[in-house]
Amino acid sequence: MRLFGYKLNITATIGLAIIVLNIAAAVLAPLIAPHGQADIVGDAWADPSSQFWLGLDNLGRDIVSRLLYGARLSIGLSALITVLAFFIGIVCGFTAAAVGGWVDMLLSRVVDLLLSMPILISAFMVLSVLGTDLPVLVVTIALLNATLVFRLARAVAMNIAALEFVEAAKVRGEGLWWIISREILPNAVPPLVAEFGLRFCFTFLLIAALSFLGLGIQPPLADWGSMVKDYRDMINLDSPAPLYPAGAIALLTIGVNFVVDWMLSIHSKGHGEGA
Amino acid sequence: MLKLVAQRFALGLLTLFAASVLIFAGTEILPGDLASAILQNNATPESLAAMRKELGLERPAYVRYGEWLGGVAHGNLGRSLANNRDVADEIAPRLKNTLFLALYAAIISVPLAVVLGLLAAIRQGGIYDRLVNVVTLMTISVPEYFLAYVLVKYFAVGLGWFPSLANVTSNTGLLERLNLTFLAMLTLVLVIVAYMMRMTRASVLSVMASPYIEMAMLKGLPKWRIVAQHAFPNALAPIINVIALNLAYLVTGVVVVEAVFVYPGLGQLMVDAVSKHDVPVVQACGLIFAGAFILLNMTADILAIMSNPRLRHPR
Repeated sequence: MRLFGYKLNITATIGLAIIVLNIAAAVLAPLIAPHGQADIVGDAWADPSSQFWLGLDNLGRDIVSRLLYGARLSIGLSALITVLAFFIGIVCGFTAAAVGGWVDMLLSRVVDLLLSMPILISAFMVLSVLGTDLPVLVVTIALLNATLVFRLARAVAMNIAALEFVEAAKVRGEGLWWIISREILPNAVPPLVAEFGLRFCFTFLLIAALSFLGLGIQPPLADWGSMVKDYRDMINLDSPAPLYPAGAIALLTIGVNFVVDWMLSIHSKGHGEGA
Repeated sequence: MLKLVAQRFALGLLTLFAASVLIFAGTEILPGDLASAILQNNATPESLAAMRKELGLERPAYVRYGEWLGGVAHGNLGRSLANNRDVADEIAPRLKNTLFLALYAAIISVPLAVVLGLLAAIRQGGIYDRLVNVVTLMTISVPEYFLAYVLVKYFAVGLGWFPSLANVTSNTGLLERLNLTFLAMLTLVLVIVAYMMRMTRASVLSVMASPYIEMAMLKGLPKWRIVAQHAFPNALAPIINVIALNLAYLVTGVVVVEAVFVYPGLGQLMVDAVSKHDVPVVQACGLIFAGAFILLNMTADILAIMSNPRLRHPR
């Protein structure tokens, strides 16, 4: 199999399959889920059966159905936040690189300051004051993520901005937006795509961790992280219940990392051959 | 070199100061102040005004920041809003527990990771190397609580070798404590060993690409001697850096792992405080976590400067 004209290795193929499967589950959840996510269909913690493949949860809801619906919230929300973070990070990063001077200085110092603390701790600080409403979570995590995107985007743009064709465009009298969108962006795509995968994983894990700690998605909504929290006590009764949502989280992050690892390896190889 | 170290040290202090401003300001600039956070839905304009007065919120922010920082310097972290206990008293035993767990994990993982990383570098491209690459990539991709619950499922519930809850108290003896926290430690070790050995392998391999290694190979030295005597000493600076950065990872990794094992550490305290909007406790915990993180990053840079022979002598 090939992707972007490069041959996929085994792990990248597996990773890609996992990602496609997860997206399909999220998109098709209402069609393929046997029950509604909030429907109580039997006794609490009923054992797995031919009807309920993974059994029922703490309120008697079908775990398979909840996993499928949870995929929508977990994956959809992380994708939204990552896109938002990329938009902010790339616009600010490219602007800093293209304009330079005090704008660059100011943006870079603000980012340095925000990154002087672990991101989880920064998120805690904000959530302790603003509470854990969904919009708060989205904006907070997007901004914290944007700092890391900013650094990469700025560094990449700096490298490209030093090249002759950007100089030529400036001399031609092209505007800032033209230089960013037509000269810098197309050449910055490969490193930014790999970074997108990594940022997505990071966001996905951060939201899941916050939900697991009870500080993320709040009931009645449920993502995979809050499912782990709801099912956690069952592990001591020899039930693998919390491992299903935790395993779903693990599987997707492994998949994305396999693909990112492959992208980084072809990227570095491409440079090694002088391409 | 001394100048470089002093510069980096000063930068570390400056960062710490900036972080304290950020932590304090975070609860100031954001809409909704401490008073509305405490009162939640019971807030009326009168009760808000009274609460603001009681907390001294009507004074300018920089005055309160000065007081807060002065208090922190004297070990006075204020009072918890949830139970009115002294924050420093609340934090001290929890901080000890968290440090114990982090140290336990660090002592076991650092030597293990360096040795395994070197082995992977020696056998580059071999089965062991490729296997290690896939396994460590998987380990660092999955969330800590997944690893933790798998360990609990097999080692605590299945085999019954270790307890699944790390419910230590202040009178728990050392051996008992080591046993209770074993699975929590193992979870952290799995994650940081995976990170550290990947980075150790990468830094040794990048040194292996240099001409003097090729020279050593052409002399016919055995592979282990080239790695141990030629590549390793030169890869030491990045490896030390890797170790310090991973210990900085422990700072946040410990929060989730404490929650899984219901371990009475600083992370659990902070999570509880965040959900109760207990701002003084959150600020104090945040400052400690941020301080540890900044300190480790600074140590990493200083050790890297000191282990670089080119910087050891003034020009």
